Amino acid sequence: MAIADLNLEQRARPRESFPDWLARRGTAFWILAALLLLMPAVASSFWLVQIFAYSMILGMVALSLMFLAGYGGIVSLVQMTVAGFAGYLVAILGDSAISQISLHWPWWVAAPIAILVATLFGTLSGALSVRTEGIYTIMITLAIASAFYYLTLQNYTIFNGFSGFNGIVPPVFLGVDWGQNLPFYYLTLACAALAYALVIYVSRAPFGLALQGTRDNPRRMAALGFDVVAHRVAAYAFASVIAACAGVLLVWYQRQISPGTAGVGPVVDMLIIAVVGGLSRPIGPFIGALVYVLLRTFSLDVLEGVGLDGRRYQLMIGLGFLIIVLFSPDGLIGIWQRIRDRYRRSAEARDGQMRSGGGTP
Amino acid sequence: MSDFVARRPVWSLLIIIAVAVLLWLVFSVWSPEMEAVLGRKRVFLSALFNGITLGALYFLVASGFTLIFGLMRNVNLAHGSLYLFGGYLGYSIGGLTGSWLVALLVSFLVVAIVGVLMQVLLFRWMEGQDLRQTLVTIGLSIIFADLLLWNYGGDTFQVTTPDWLSGPVQLPFVVALRGNGDPVMMTYPFVRIAILIGAVVVGVLMWLALNRTRVGMLVRAGVDDRDMLSATGVRVQLVFVMVFAFGAGLAGLAGVVGGTFQSLQPGEDTKILLSSLVVVIVGGMGSIPGAAVGALIVGLAEQFGSVYMPTYAVMLTFIIMVAVLAVRPQGLAARR
Repeated sequence: MAIADLNLEQRARPRESFPDWLARRGTAFWILAALLLLMPAVASSFWLVQIFAYSMILGMVALSLMFLAGYGGIVSLVQMTVAGFAGYLVAILGDSAISQISLHWPWWVAAPIAILVATLFGTLSGALSVRTEGIYTIMITLAIASAFYYLTLQNYTIFNGFSGFNGIVPPVFLGVDWGQNLPFYYLTLACAALAYALVIYVSRAPFGLALQGTRDNPRRMAALGFDVVAHRVAAYAFASVIAACAGVLLVWYQRQISPGTAGVGPVVDMLIIAVVGGLSRPIGPFIGALVYVLLRTFSLDVLEGVGLDGRRYQLMIGLGFLIIVLFSPDGLIGIWQRIRDRYRRSAEARDGQMRSGGGTP
Repeated sequence: MSDFVARRPVWSLLIIIAVAVLLWLVFSVWSPEMEAVLGRKRVFLSALFNGITLGALYFLVASGFTLIFGLMRNVNLAHGSLYLFGGYLGYSIGGLTGSWLVALLVSFLVVAIVGVLMQVLLFRWMEGQDLRQTLVTIGLSIIFADLLLWNYGGDTFQVTTPDWLSGPVQLPFVVALRGNGDPVMMTYPFVRIAILIGAVVVGVLMWLALNRTRVGMLVRAGVDDRDMLSATGVRVQLVFVMVFAFGAGLAGLAGVVGGTFQSLQPGEDTKILLSSLVVVIVGGMGSIPGAAVGALIVGLAEQFGSVYMPTYAVMLTFIIMVAVLAVRPQGLAARR
């Protein structure tokens, strides 16, 4: 424990202010930020909401998975379920067209409670699955996720069964209707940016460093006096908060929720998004989500445009995923990094350092 | 066995009492008061037998899954796809040749070859990378699912039951008494009994092969310590390919069996995969006896659940899984 404390102190010493931190950002950061902020000026409302806002919501769910997998070495498939549960809670506690079930609480009560309860659920399933190790987790979380799917499918008193809930509208507050395209885009952008910044911050905080230690060598961390199980459960809790927030946004985006939202397909899709984007850096899931949404939206047109059967887009996603997994375990991020490494040998040392921060899954 | 009794006297007593109560329920003639509480005996017995035969099917699928996992640490999430592929193939072959046994055999062989290809072309090159292997199986399952949908469409198929397997058979269990005191015996589809017997035979053969042959010894050694086994000069890759072929083949065979007394349609692959996941989590991962125990529990839970609490039948299996995880995370029959 003493060594660890020493390390943490060294890490904490150069405490910098927010302007300093901003000034240290590279050009890529500023270009991306400006692009995202000014997007509404150039993009149509379809692109703004159906593509970008949706990608950012999915990206947040995948980000929570990436946090667990990349920093904790835990591949949890339960994140989409946490998001779906939060969405269901918003529909049940707040307003929806199914008025005999919905409790019609105001959004500022319903949404926080939804996030809280969904986080609790995510933490509990985490506590259940960390009892076993490594690759078992993927099986157990998949089983928990499908249990939730069947529960929502078969329960009519609370979850309204097969049809789910519709008519859920985003709230109006501060004089803004957040269901409009422009405010909704900025709302998701703010949430996604916040989640992204939080993940980066936590990954460099003492807790995040200890978590990465438990990923690399749990026995040594335990010997140093760290409670490995507690760190993993805490990681689940943190990831669940992000997933739950994304779930609230998701239900506001879709304006309806049904068992299919958190079915086995979407649950596995989240893993695909995170892996395709890259599990080594928090930006990966967002890239993966954007690629996924673009594929989903346009593959039919593209496939039919080149004379193939448009219904085979699932095959394309599967093949693309397989190729990424086989040839670039770091996902699209990994490909990008390899290309950059080839051209910028001088920055090799720094790159190596950054990659060791994320590590390969 | 006696070892278990000595170590866990309380549990053994509970298990013996439960088995005794079950036997009494099966063989006794139910009085009207009992029927008032428990429902008709016919319903109870058919739920029991359906559960056991469903467990037999789950055992066939899950034993391959657990064998592959135990030896290669490969969570084969494409196992359900192999099952569905075997089922569809059995349907096609059965339609072509008209022989159920040929369909069974061909499905076993073809799916085993698919398994060999998967191991030789893909998994061999990423040994020890658990997560990457699992991701590859996810990709494969998506591709398989879409290819099968492409070829067979979204319709529901059923493998034709051969004549010598169809029809009911009378079992020596009294369901009820007629007015004049004559007992009414239970009748049950013969095909399900045959499947149960087949699964038991497969299970016993597997146990014998694992515990009494040289190859089985190598497999068991590999499950315990893969690296040490290869260090002793065994060509461990060959063992891997054989186990993968056998596990995949079993999934294909189970596909024909499942297609005979259930149905084949898109989505069945996920359902079977989830069932085998729960089976191996409950039973203990990598253990064949565990797969048998888990399959029996899951099959019974599903059938009794659908009879006595229809809304939450599927939930019941998952509740059992959560309970097992909370009490005994390594599974009921695992050694570690």
